Amino acid sequence: MARIVAGVATSHVPAIGAALDNGKASEPYWRPLFAGYEFSKRWIERIAPDVIFLVYNDHASAFSLDIIPTFALGCAANFPIADEGWGPRPVPPVVGHPELAWHIAQSTILDEFDMTIVNNMQVDHGLTVPLSLLYGQPAVWPAAVIPLAVNVVQYPPPTGHRCYMLGKAIRKAVESFPAPLRVVVFGTGGMSHQLQGPRAGLINSEFDNAFLDDLVANPQALVRLPHIDYVREAGSEAIELVMWLIMRGALDDEVVQVHRFYHVPASNTAVGHLVLENRR
Amino acid sequence: MAEADDAAFDDIPGTTLFDAQRSRQGYHLNMFCMSLMKPENRDAFRADERAYLEPLQMTPEQKDAVLRRDWNRMLELGGNIYYTSKLGATDGLSFQQLAAKMTGSTQEEYAQMMLDGGRSIEGNRSKSQPPHG
Repeated sequence: MARIVAGVATSHVPAIGAALDNGKASEPYWRPLFAGYEFSKRWIERIAPDVIFLVYNDHASAFSLDIIPTFALGCAANFPIADEGWGPRPVPPVVGHPELAWHIAQSTILDEFDMTIVNNMQVDHGLTVPLSLLYGQPAVWPAAVIPLAVNVVQYPPPTGHRCYMLGKAIRKAVESFPAPLRVVVFGTGGMSHQLQGPRAGLINSEFDNAFLDDLVANPQALVRLPHIDYVREAGSEAIELVMWLIMRGALDDEVVQVHRFYHVPASNTAVGHLVLENRR
Repeated sequence: MAEADDAAFDDIPGTTLFDAQRSRQGYHLNMFCMSLMKPENRDAFRADERAYLEPLQMTPEQKDAVLRRDWNRMLELGGNIYYTSKLGATDGLSFQQLAAKMTGSTQEEYAQMMLDGGRSIEGNRSKSQPPHG
């Protein structure tokens, strides 16, 4: 049977991808940030997952205002890299896992989560920056990737509770898949940041660190946090943090925190990062 | 679960919630920005901005805000930052450079504010909260 062995939370700031792609990772501005991922790069090499189930949001790349799916599950064999206005990032193509993805789609829909099935989808920095942070710059990505794109751009995004429960349904789906695959779930986006308007640049490290504490040890305290609390306390784009609850829901109730990192700033954003393992 | 009404978000200073009303208002403005995802469209827009905008269904106010690169006005008229940032990218502007413009700062001032830990939440939670001294 397939199983979920661990979860990773990380911000997915586009400037991080640009820094890597343009050879700036060793500059003083970026060095502390990439240093925070050194442990995680060694860790994922050791864990060697077969599949990464990667929860992220599309930033008006694959989707526009024409179609706004709340939960869009990538079931394709391949996911091309999006051109976000600067040309596609020079990263390897993202290879999917259609058999497991379709199995998760069927299982979660029958569990009453109304997933959108996507067979043709470009992926943007929301998906590729987390891969770059964990894997660096390989010639091919070492794992297959199943993208789950969550709407957090058009209000309202799904609630934290819905995300957490979807995580549990994803776990159930993975654990009923017959092949012995090792799966790591990524929850990406956040932490505090606001990209728009006169309040842009907002950072709330107190909120962020409390969120990190609770995500590890007390996720029940976060699942009922209303959207307005994210937006008011941590900035309009901090609402992305609901996606971390999908990852957390897919793990055991009690997890082992094997790595934690927090850094301000990456461009406009507070970067948070957790590596969590199931105990068994 | 009980969620706050959209209107409650209006109390948050300097922040625009991209809700149903703004999405309807900004559909054509945002889809214009979306068209700039294609290199040939970026070239055509750069070659003659007014001619590119002319046949589009945007309001005159939206077209004017685009031509003047009034980034906050675009948000007020239904623009969303993930769309307007594509116009920014067409101009060669990063998210941070756009943010500096929307906050009325120079790029240097804004970058320094971020290096110093970002904009404080104190005094920035609520329009009814007095500014932080």
